[in-house]
Amino acid sequence: MAFPNKKRHGGSADTSILTKEGPVARIPKGYILNRLTTLLLTILIAATLIWLIPRLSPVDPADIMLGRMSAAGGTVADSEQILATLQERFGLNDPLIVQYLKYIRNVAVFDFGLSTASFPTPVAVLIANALPWTLGLMLISILITFFIGNLLGALMVWDHSPKLVRVAIPTAMVFTSIPPILSGLLLMWLFSANLGWFPLTGSYGLMVEPGWTWEFTQSVLYHGFLPALSIVVVTFGFWALGMRGLMITVQGEDYIKLAEAKGLRPRFILYRYMIRNAILPQITAFALKIGLLIAGQVLVERIFAYNGMGKLLYDAILDQDFPVIQGVSYVIILMTAISVFIVDLIYPLIDPRIRHEAE
Amino acid sequence: MSTSATQEPQLTKAQQRKMRRFDNPWLNPKLLWGAAILIGIMALGLIGRLLWDTELVFTGSGPLKLPPIGFENLRGQSGITDHPLGTDGAGRDVLSLLIVGAPNSLYVGLLASLIGMSLGIFLGFSAGFVRGRVDDVIRVLSDVMITIPPLLILVVFQSAYGDVNLTMMAVLIAAFVWQSPTRLIRAQVMSMRESGYVQMARLSGASTFHIMFKEMLPNLIPYLFGSFIANVTTSIVTAVGLEVLGLGPQRVPTLGRTIYEAINAGALIQNLWWWWGIPTLFLALMFIALLLINIGLDEVSNPRLRKL
Repeated sequence: MAFPNKKRHGGSADTSILTKEGPVARIPKGYILNRLTTLLLTILIAATLIWLIPRLSPVDPADIMLGRMSAAGGTVADSEQILATLQERFGLNDPLIVQYLKYIRNVAVFDFGLSTASFPTPVAVLIANALPWTLGLMLISILITFFIGNLLGALMVWDHSPKLVRVAIPTAMVFTSIPPILSGLLLMWLFSANLGWFPLTGSYGLMVEPGWTWEFTQSVLYHGFLPALSIVVVTFGFWALGMRGLMITVQGEDYIKLAEAKGLRPRFILYRYMIRNAILPQITAFALKIGLLIAGQVLVERIFAYNGMGKLLYDAILDQDFPVIQGVSYVIILMTAISVFIVDLIYPLIDPRIRHEAE
Repeated sequence: MSTSATQEPQLTKAQQRKMRRFDNPWLNPKLLWGAAILIGIMALGLIGRLLWDTELVFTGSGPLKLPPIGFENLRGQSGITDHPLGTDGAGRDVLSLLIVGAPNSLYVGLLASLIGMSLGIFLGFSAGFVRGRVDDVIRVLSDVMITIPPLLILVVFQSAYGDVNLTMMAVLIAAFVWQSPTRLIRAQVMSMRESGYVQMARLSGASTFHIMFKEMLPNLIPYLFGSFIANVTTSIVTAVGLEVLGLGPQRVPTLGRTIYEAINAGALIQNLWWWWGIPTLFLALMFIALLLINIGLDEVSNPRLRKL
């Protein structure tokens, strides 16, 4: 990620990667196949759970929709007939296995049916509108945290860091066990409600026309700052803590002693010798943590009323809009699973040892 | 006398302290502080019930939106001793919300983590010992389940079923926190089963049960504790997440639900900070305590970390 796969510590093994058909060809097929199976299995199990759970519950989605209609218009004529039509339309009269297979087929092409709350709109459209916001916020906050966290974690161990850093970081770390929703609330209260420096809610200004204009970009960045900050302040410590442990291990290695003995500059040793070697297991930790990060972000979006998946999910929960709840949950799990898959694929490229093990 | 005086200065005060600290790694300050805060929170829940009227958690038991003592709300009312931490928008006493709500959150976290840990010990040992097909299934399943964020499946569950109680919620969360102990134990068992003392035990005719629980398990304890505490944190975060989305137990006061109600009532804009802020800080304190315990346990299992 922040430390791309170029120029590893200059051994001859590296040049061979570059001379052959590119690095991708070097990942063993068995490894890719293994990871791919896990990915598909994850998606299948998640989809099945999401389908199965509401099926086991006594609540009938058609009934809820009818309830909403009667709440809006007083009484509904021919309610029995409408109920029957709706049940037919939702395919609730088919045998369960047929329903399941249909569902799996639909989910594979992102067809989650129609939203029951904003009726004729397909769930896929609602999700497609919310997804870019979530992805954007996630990418930015995760990259920033990963970078800051690892750097600070490394500085905590490094002998040459300023004293201030070594005292300040452990203090700041205390806050990193807090879920982002709590930090979000505190930041929102401080900077939006009290100081008025940032907008309270929303993902862009009311007066701004969405489009690729400077004005819109500015508004988006301005509105996205606090949600991103509330994720960053409480997650960087996880990486810093992990990095600290890894750096302590690396620090004791002989090659560091050798590098010092050679008289290399401490900063050079820090970046090229220590961080480079310590960062690897952090990337695996990333794969394990990503699900929680995304779930945390969903909640941050909900309190900031940010236009992403979190708000969509929250609104759907309020409206008991099952298709949307299912769709959002599925897409978020899919995002998590794909991110893990990508990390797993990148990992052997960065760490040749994994390649050899797999071979 | 003169010899001891020349010997003494070689060890500075800090070094001496460090030496003493190494005598028992379980007594490191982070672990103790973390435990002290958690015990404090539990004590507030237990002793508070005796000293404070918990009936005050019900709607309308006091004036609305009253600030804590020493503060003034927007209507110019100042705090009174009947409600030292103020009241929320429905007249519930914030102090009694803490007394009743905080143990609820801890209860969910501990129970979920305990169930997850038991499952993890069982599955991890099975995978590491039986190996073969059993191992494959358990490994793939834990690989798969570790990717799925519990929050989202639970959101689907709760929006389909409506109200749940605390125990039910803990059981549901437990279904998602068995994976990391399972993986941890499996990996350790795999490496330990080849080690000398396990071979020795096997040669001397010890039963599998004896090897698992008498020979291997004691070595795993610091890891297990660490994993347990990490899972308590995950479980509480998940529970709070559900509560903030308006799901979770509806009839029991929890800190997450209090925050949910405060946000919905616009407490942020009305500057009713005590309503959401005190539960938020309390939860934060709980997480900080858990983190301290976790770092302390890391130092127990990995002596190289004890440097700082």
